[in-house]
Amino acid sequence: MANNTAQIIQEKSHPMEDLLRMDRMPHIWCSGCGLGSAVTTFVEGLKKAGVSYDKTAIVSGIGCTGRVAGYLRLDSYHTTHGRAIPFATGLKLANRDLTVFVFSGDGDLFAIGGNHLIHAARRNVDINVICVNNFIYGMTGGQNAPTTPLGAYSSTAPYGNYEMPFNLVGLAAASGASYVARWTTAHARRLTNSIATAANKKGFCFIEIVSPCATVFARKNMGGTGLDLLKEFQTRAIIDHDADPTQIPLSMDNEIVCGEFVNEDRPTFWENVQGGIKNRLEKFSNWEEMQSNSRKITHKKDRKYTSSIDV
Amino acid sequence: MFQKSRLHGEFFMQGDIACAEGALAAGCRFFGGYPITPASEIAERMAMRLPLLRGVFIQYEDEIASMAGILGASWAGMKSMTATSGPGISLMNENIGLGMMMEAPCVVVNVQRGSPSTGLPTTWGQSDMMQARWGSHGDYGSISLVPNSPQEFFDLTITAFNFSEKYRLPVFLMADALVGHMTEKVVIPKVEELEIINRKYTNKTPKDYLAYDYDESLIPDFAKAGDGYRYHTTGLTHDRRGYPDMTVECQEELVPRLVNKIKNNINDISLTEEYDIERADVIVISYGITSRTILPAITMAKKKGIKVGYLRLKTVWPFPDEKIRKLSEKVAGFVVPEMNLGQISLEVERCAHNNSLVKLVPHPGGGIHKFEDVLHAIEEVVHGK
Amino acid sequence: MSELRVKISGFGGQGIILSAFIVGKAASIYDQQHSSMTQAYGPEARGGACSSQVVISSKNVEYPLVNTADVLLAMSQEGYDTFLPILKKGGILLYDTDLVENLRSHKDFIAKGIPATRFAEELGKKIVANIVMLGFATKQAKIVSPDAMKGAIADSVPSKFTDLNMKAFQAGYDYNEEQ
Repeated sequence: MANNTAQIIQEKSHPMEDLLRMDRMPHIWCSGCGLGSAVTTFVEGLKKAGVSYDKTAIVSGIGCTGRVAGYLRLDSYHTTHGRAIPFATGLKLANRDLTVFVFSGDGDLFAIGGNHLIHAARRNVDINVICVNNFIYGMTGGQNAPTTPLGAYSSTAPYGNYEMPFNLVGLAAASGASYVARWTTAHARRLTNSIATAANKKGFCFIEIVSPCATVFARKNMGGTGLDLLKEFQTRAIIDHDADPTQIPLSMDNEIVCGEFVNEDRPTFWENVQGGIKNRLEKFSNWEEMQSNSRKITHKKDRKYTSSIDV
Repeated sequence: MFQKSRLHGEFFMQGDIACAEGALAAGCRFFGGYPITPASEIAERMAMRLPLLRGVFIQYEDEIASMAGILGASWAGMKSMTATSGPGISLMNENIGLGMMMEAPCVVVNVQRGSPSTGLPTTWGQSDMMQARWGSHGDYGSISLVPNSPQEFFDLTITAFNFSEKYRLPVFLMADALVGHMTEKVVIPKVEELEIINRKYTNKTPKDYLAYDYDESLIPDFAKAGDGYRYHTTGLTHDRRGYPDMTVECQEELVPRLVNKIKNNINDISLTEEYDIERADVIVISYGITSRTILPAITMAKKKGIKVGYLRLKTVWPFPDEKIRKLSEKVAGFVVPEMNLGQISLEVERCAHNNSLVKLVPHPGGGIHKFEDVLHAIEEVVHGK
Repeated sequence: MSELRVKISGFGGQGIILSAFIVGKAASIYDQQHSSMTQAYGPEARGGACSSQVVISSKNVEYPLVNTADVLLAMSQEGYDTFLPILKKGGILLYDTDLVENLRSHKDFIAKGIPATRFAEELGKKIVANIVMLGFATKQAKIVSPDAMKGAIADSVPSKFTDLNMKAFQAGYDYNEEQ
C-alpha cells in the first residue's frame, strides 16, 4: 500500500513543477511554516500574471525566506544578508526586459537591509519586493526582529521586546512605493492577485505577507501550531483597501488590516533618467554649455509627489 | 558636442577621469557608486558619459548597495564597475566575497587615501594593499592592479576588465589619491586598436547547462539572466548546478578552484616592469605612485656607484612569488618603499626567505618618502646590514 | 633633459587649479612636451588656501611633485609666504601686487609684480585674474609658448568667454613693470 502511494506520487507530476526545482525538494522549512503557502501563491501569481518565466528573475537575501530563490525554477540569486534589493536594482537596470522579484524576510529587508528598501522605494525602481513577515529571526533561532511586537518574547528579548516595531506597509508607502499591499498567508487568493498585479505593474511594488512561525515565534509567545496561527490570522484580519498604511501597525493581538493600500502610477527611476537626458540634450548643444547653465533650468512645477492612499 | 562615443586622441586628463574613460573603452556600461574623496570624479564622469552610451549610472545609498548592484548588473550581462576609497571598500567587502563566490565579473576601483578610518581624505596612501587581498572573509584568488600615472590608470582599467571577464571575478584597481588627482597626457587609442576580452558565454542548451561546471581552465561558462537558463546561484557553498551543498566534499572542490583559477594563470596576470635587474646588487621593489616618487633616490644611488635594479609591480596580487624567489638568490637584498608601515614588504620577505635582506622603507601616507631614507636603505642592503 | 617646475598659489575660487591645468595642457598637448599637474587643497570648496603645481619636461615626467620650484606664481599673501621658501635661487617669482603686499627680500630671485586682479576687474570679470597672471608668466617666465598658452586657454574656458579670456591673457602678456 505504502509502495503504491509512493508510486502514484512519483508518477503524477507536480502541478507547479514548471516553476519549482523539484530536484531540490523536500525544502528546509518547518512544518506549519507560512513559506510554503507564500511560495505557492507566488507561483500562482506568476502564472496569473502571464509573464515569461525565462524573463523573470528572483533575488533573495539571507534567512528562512532567503531560501525561496533556491526553490524556484527561474533565474535565481541568493545574495548576502540585506542586499537583495540593491542587487535586484542592478539586475533590473542592466536588463530592463526582466521582471525582477525580491523575496525575503522582515529581518533581511527591514533591519540589515532597511536603508536599501526605503531608497529603492524613493527611486521607484521597477522591482517587486515580497516581504514575508513572521515577526522574528527564524533561521538563527528566534532572535528579535525589527517587526517583533512590543512586549513579545524572543531569544534576545527574554524579558519581552522593548522596541517599537516597524509598520512595514507604512514605511514602504511613506518612502514612495507605487504599489503597497498587505495580506496574510490565509489570504491565498487575494495574495495571488496582488502578486500578479505587482508583476505587471511598473515602479516599486511592495507586498507584505504576514506569516506564521510556529517553531520559534509561537513557541516563545502564544503557542500553537501553524494551523492554529492561520486560524488566528483569519479571526484578526480585516480587509480595508482605504486604510492609511501608516496607521495600521501590527501588534500581538490587534486587527491585522489587510488590503491594497497604494496603487499609483509614478514615473520610474528609468523613465526619469530618460526624461532627464532628453530634456538636457534638447536644451543645450554641448556639455560645456550645459554645465555653465545648470542653474537656469527650472524644475517642472506640475510634478506631483504623492504617497497618500486617497487616489 | 555631446560625446556620444568612446574618445580617442590625446588628452590632458585627470587620473580618475582616465579611469572612467578606460572603463568605457573596455565596454563598461553600468556604474553603481557612492561619493567619496578622492574617487568621486570617476562617478561624476560616468554620470555624464554613461547615459549617452546607453549605459546605466546609479548613485546608490551606500557602498554596500553599490557593490551588490554591480554584481546584479554583471549577472544581467553588463560589464560593471564601482569606484571608492578605503572606507568604502571596508563596507563593500562582504559583497566582494559574494562576487568571488558567485564568480561575477566586475571591477572595483580603490583610489587609496591615508588610512586607517577616515584618515586623510584628500591625500594619498597605499595602506589598503593587504585589504585588497584578504578583505573579504575566506579563501579566494584575487587580482589587484596598481597604476602609477593617469595613462596607466586608463590602460590598467581596460586590463582589469579583461581579467575580470576572463577569470570571472571582481578585480581590484588600486590607485591612490595622487594618481587619481594627477593630470597628465593620456593617449586613448581607437576602439579597434584595443584588446578587449569578453566573458565566455555557454554554448550549451538550458537543458544541458550547469552554472558551475568547468573544464581544466577551472572557469565556468557564463549564462546571463533572461536567456532562459533559469539557474540558481548562491553565496553558500554550492555544487556544479549552483545548488547549496554544505558538505566537506563540496567545499573541498569549490574553494581550491576559486584560488587555483588565479594561481594557475599567474604568468598571464602578473605584470611587472624591470630596469637593470640583471646586474643589480640591490633591487628596489615598488608599485603605484611610490614607484615614481622614489626615483630620485635611485638616481642618487647610481651616482654613488651602487648597482641598483628596479622592479615595478603593476600586478600586486597575485604576488609574483617565483620571480622574487629567483631574484633573491642573486642579489644582496631588496628595498621596498611603500606608503604604509609594511605590507608588500612582508610578501617580499616571505619569498626572499633568508636568501637575501629585505628592507622596508615605510611611510604612513599623506606625503612622500624622503629620498635620503630610501638611499640609506639601499646603502645598508649593499653593505649587508 | 630640461625640466621646469611651476608652483601656483592663492586661495580657493581664484582658478588656481584651472591655471595649472591650462599650463599643463599647453605644455603637453600644444607644445608637445610632457607635463604633470597635481593639486593640493583643503576640504572646503571655496576660500581656503589653495595651490597647484605643474612639472614640464622634455621627457616623461618621472617625479611629479614640486619640492623646489623654478617658477612661483603667488596670488595671495598666504600663498606667497608659504611657497617663497621653496623657490630655488635664481627662480622667477611673479605675484599679484594688490594681493601680496608684505614683501620679503627678493635678492635671490627674479621678482616681478602685476596688478592682475585689478586688470581683471577693469576687463569686467575678476575671475579672469588667473588668466592675466598666465599671460604675464608666458612672457616673463616663458613657461610655455604664447600660442600653446592661448590654445589651452581657449580649450579650457566656456566658449562665450573666450574673447574675455584672450584679452586677459594679452593684458598680462603685454604688461611691463617699468611702465
